[in-house]
Amino acid sequence: MIAYPRWKIALVAVVLLIGILLALPNLFGEESALQLARDRASVEPADRTSLVQLLKDKGVVPSGAFLDQGRLTLRFSSKQDQLKARDIISEARPDQFTIALSQASRVPEWMRNLGLSPLKLGLDLRGGVYLVYQVDVQGAVRQLLDHHEQDFRASLRNAHVPYQDVQVDYPTNRVRVLFRDADSFNRGKAAILADNRTMILNDVTVDGMPALELKLTPEDIKQREDYAIQQNIIILRNRLNSPELAVSEPQVARQGVDEIAIQLPGLQNSAEVKKILGKTATLEFRMVDESSNPLEAMTSGRVPLGSKLYYTRDKQPVLLKREVVVTGDELTDASFQPNTQEGAAVSVSLDSRGAAKMLKNTQENIGHLMAVVFIDRSREKNAQGVEVDKTTEEVINRATIRGVFSNNFQITGVNPIEGRELALLLRAGGLAAPLTPVEERAIGPSLGQDNIDKGRNAMVFGMLAAFLFMAVYYKVFGLIADAVLIANVVLLVAFLSLVGAALTLPGIAAVVLTVGMAVDANILIYERIREELRNGVSPRAAITAGFDRAFSAIADSNVTALIAGLVLWLFGAGAVRGFAVVLVIGIATSMFTSLMGSRALVQLVYGGKRKVARLSI
Amino acid sequence: MEFFHKVTRFPFMNTRKVWYGLSAFLIVASLALVGFRGLNLGVDFTGGVTVETNFPQGPDIDKLRAALAKAGVESAQVQAFGSSRDIRVRLPPDPNAKGDQIGTRIMDVFATVDPGVKLQSTEVVGPQVGQELFVKGAWALVATLVLIAIYVLLRFTFKLAMGAIFAVLHDPICVLGFFALTQMTFDLTAISAILAVIGYSLNDTVIVFDRVRERARVARKLSIAQVIDESINQTLSRTLMTKLVTLLVVLALLIFGGETLHGFSAALVIGIIAGTYSSIYISAALALDFGLVNDDLMERKLTKPEEVDGLP
Repeated sequence: MIAYPRWKIALVAVVLLIGILLALPNLFGEESALQLARDRASVEPADRTSLVQLLKDKGVVPSGAFLDQGRLTLRFSSKQDQLKARDIISEARPDQFTIALSQASRVPEWMRNLGLSPLKLGLDLRGGVYLVYQVDVQGAVRQLLDHHEQDFRASLRNAHVPYQDVQVDYPTNRVRVLFRDADSFNRGKAAILADNRTMILNDVTVDGMPALELKLTPEDIKQREDYAIQQNIIILRNRLNSPELAVSEPQVARQGVDEIAIQLPGLQNSAEVKKILGKTATLEFRMVDESSNPLEAMTSGRVPLGSKLYYTRDKQPVLLKREVVVTGDELTDASFQPNTQEGAAVSVSLDSRGAAKMLKNTQENIGHLMAVVFIDRSREKNAQGVEVDKTTEEVINRATIRGVFSNNFQITGVNPIEGRELALLLRAGGLAAPLTPVEERAIGPSLGQDNIDKGRNAMVFGMLAAFLFMAVYYKVFGLIADAVLIANVVLLVAFLSLVGAALTLPGIAAVVLTVGMAVDANILIYERIREELRNGVSPRAAITAGFDRAFSAIADSNVTALIAGLVLWLFGAGAVRGFAVVLVIGIATSMFTSLMGSRALVQLVYGGKRKVARLSI
Repeated sequence: MEFFHKVTRFPFMNTRKVWYGLSAFLIVASLALVGFRGLNLGVDFTGGVTVETNFPQGPDIDKLRAALAKAGVESAQVQAFGSSRDIRVRLPPDPNAKGDQIGTRIMDVFATVDPGVKLQSTEVVGPQVGQELFVKGAWALVATLVLIAIYVLLRFTFKLAMGAIFAVLHDPICVLGFFALTQMTFDLTAISAILAVIGYSLNDTVIVFDRVRERARVARKLSIAQVIDESINQTLSRTLMTKLVTLLVVLALLIFGGETLHGFSAALVIGIIAGTYSSIYISAALALDFGLVNDDLMERKLTKPEEVDGLP
């Protein structure tokens, strides 16, 4: 027996079995599908049942239907069925769902339930649009400083404290309040601190006069920048999920320090999307006009004096008072509270100006309805090519004022999904740092398919060449190497499917390259075995020596490749990162299969025999 | 089948001056090409717009150029790529132009020449982003070289490590020279290929060095030059076989991988050839000229007093 422990063979077998299971979903292929989402709510299992029934009644039977993260995917065996189904659903349930055309895997239900999914394809293979926006983080910091300046002025005015000036200095990130004498300085400081309890202010002297200074610390600035980027990501995500766009599986992620990368698979026309992403939105709180009937106002067209007609998201008319209570500029934060005494709620924080106004308003209006209006302004070119501002206003929430409040309050009467979205939207709608598009890549679907075909061809022919060469040159050992190479590709695909990394065209190149490198390791071992045989060593000893001595060379050479791969992973973005991910994982799997897998196979082929006279190498 | 049934006996060390000369020529030529002719940087690095289109029949490129000029699209570079039916338009970065508009405009203009034209892809990269990507790429290159140098220094003696590092430097320079010579588009994927080449070309060097170390400990009577020669010859079949198979695979990429992977696979082919050459002819020879002696390769045991006696 060639000494090779059984547990190692068992380990190889187990790893391979798991690998095959994980890689299995990739064999099922894709078919046309519809992706249904609800604006601000999830699609429920009841919807699935009723929609499937609806389609069956109309003679279009979906070949699969599953819910994932609040979205419903319906699969169809043909493109015609897919389009027919879309028309049926949008006709029977108008405006209920966002319907996006997409592709879905034919993976059976039980596999999906086990969490098994096929490889994701990158944009260069699926077709789609890749956008990178730069967030004006400096602008966000400037906004914060301006905000403090206005706040300070308001506090001093409300407390009737005389002051000389409030100065903002952007390069040094500070706001200074200049006073004429020590008395007004002390009273001013007290007034400002009363409105901003946690703020740290420095006492300084400017031109011999007492002054207060607020200086943003590097942490404040970092926090503000992060906040601006997070917020913008939320805005962009919300907008991409809006019904107008109907994009399937949009991805929005931070990239580097101040950039946001957006992936829109399958999207054809980026102009529409870019227009909507570039909009700036805000909010207003207004009191509801409860003395008149909004339906009457809508039908008659006569709106009571001092009121304005608005519509909710589900197109219900609402009459709101003309004067605004608080605007979104005065909002500093919003968060979702799932379990308050009155059910789910959204907590909102206002700055001192907003808080004062809200306090006065709630004191006067307990028991009355207040509404939250979402306002979206965008700049568009009209038919004449002139840029015009377009405004969309919608009532997103109405609630009864239950008590007096000022800077912190809750909006109740929201359902859990709505509430979470509303909090995001309030935060997002309130303050957004400007976005500049800096990079755009669009790949047409035909080019994507073309890339898949080319990648597949390169892979098949490259591997075939390597396989043939190994089998001819190393005979039985060559066949072992081929089996090991296949195992390597299976493991690589399994791992990529598991971690959900997207396969790009450079990624396919990396798979091919990995095959080449895995062959390397086998050749190192076999050449060493041949060398030992030439030196007159017995076949068994030659095998042992071949594997043992080649180990350090294989490890060394793979470490250097691994370094290059990791650096690429860190520095690269988009398709290049796709290459790096596959390369790094491929090196790991090829080390495992060449050293352990190939050894185990050699053991199975030659280990059982009592005496090995010759090796087929 | 076996190509190298008998161990070869090529006198690599005695002829090393010749190989140094060849390497020096390649490096100087590559640097001169990069310096004087320059690299044809892709949109990734320069910023700007690339629009790729597909025509049902190969169009008359001059007609397309004239149509674009008439429509007021300035300084557009129009050329065929892949096949005569695939037309690529490149525009320099323009801070005022919005990418999607320029894409639609070009398509409108091309549709007047042939209505069957299809948009394949658009890339818009801001000038600043382009510069950032270039700097990032350069840093990645430097970081890889430094990290690999550290690894080799830890793994081998100083003189061997120096030989390996210089040999590795040789390969990306040759690839850059190749890109300058052919004026193939040098983009992000080309940089990835160069990094992969750096990681990969060290393989053979490491294998040779491993063998040099192993032999030096056994064959103590041989001079270091003889040990190196023997080691290179003994590992020659491995070195060439592994590279041959990898080259086969990468050639498949070059032939079947299409236009997108063209620069990438070309960089790999050149890099692998250069890497194999430098591992065989340059790395160990350099170590020898850095003054490698047998003692450098002996296993380091705890220093015993009698070994220190010889010191002044």
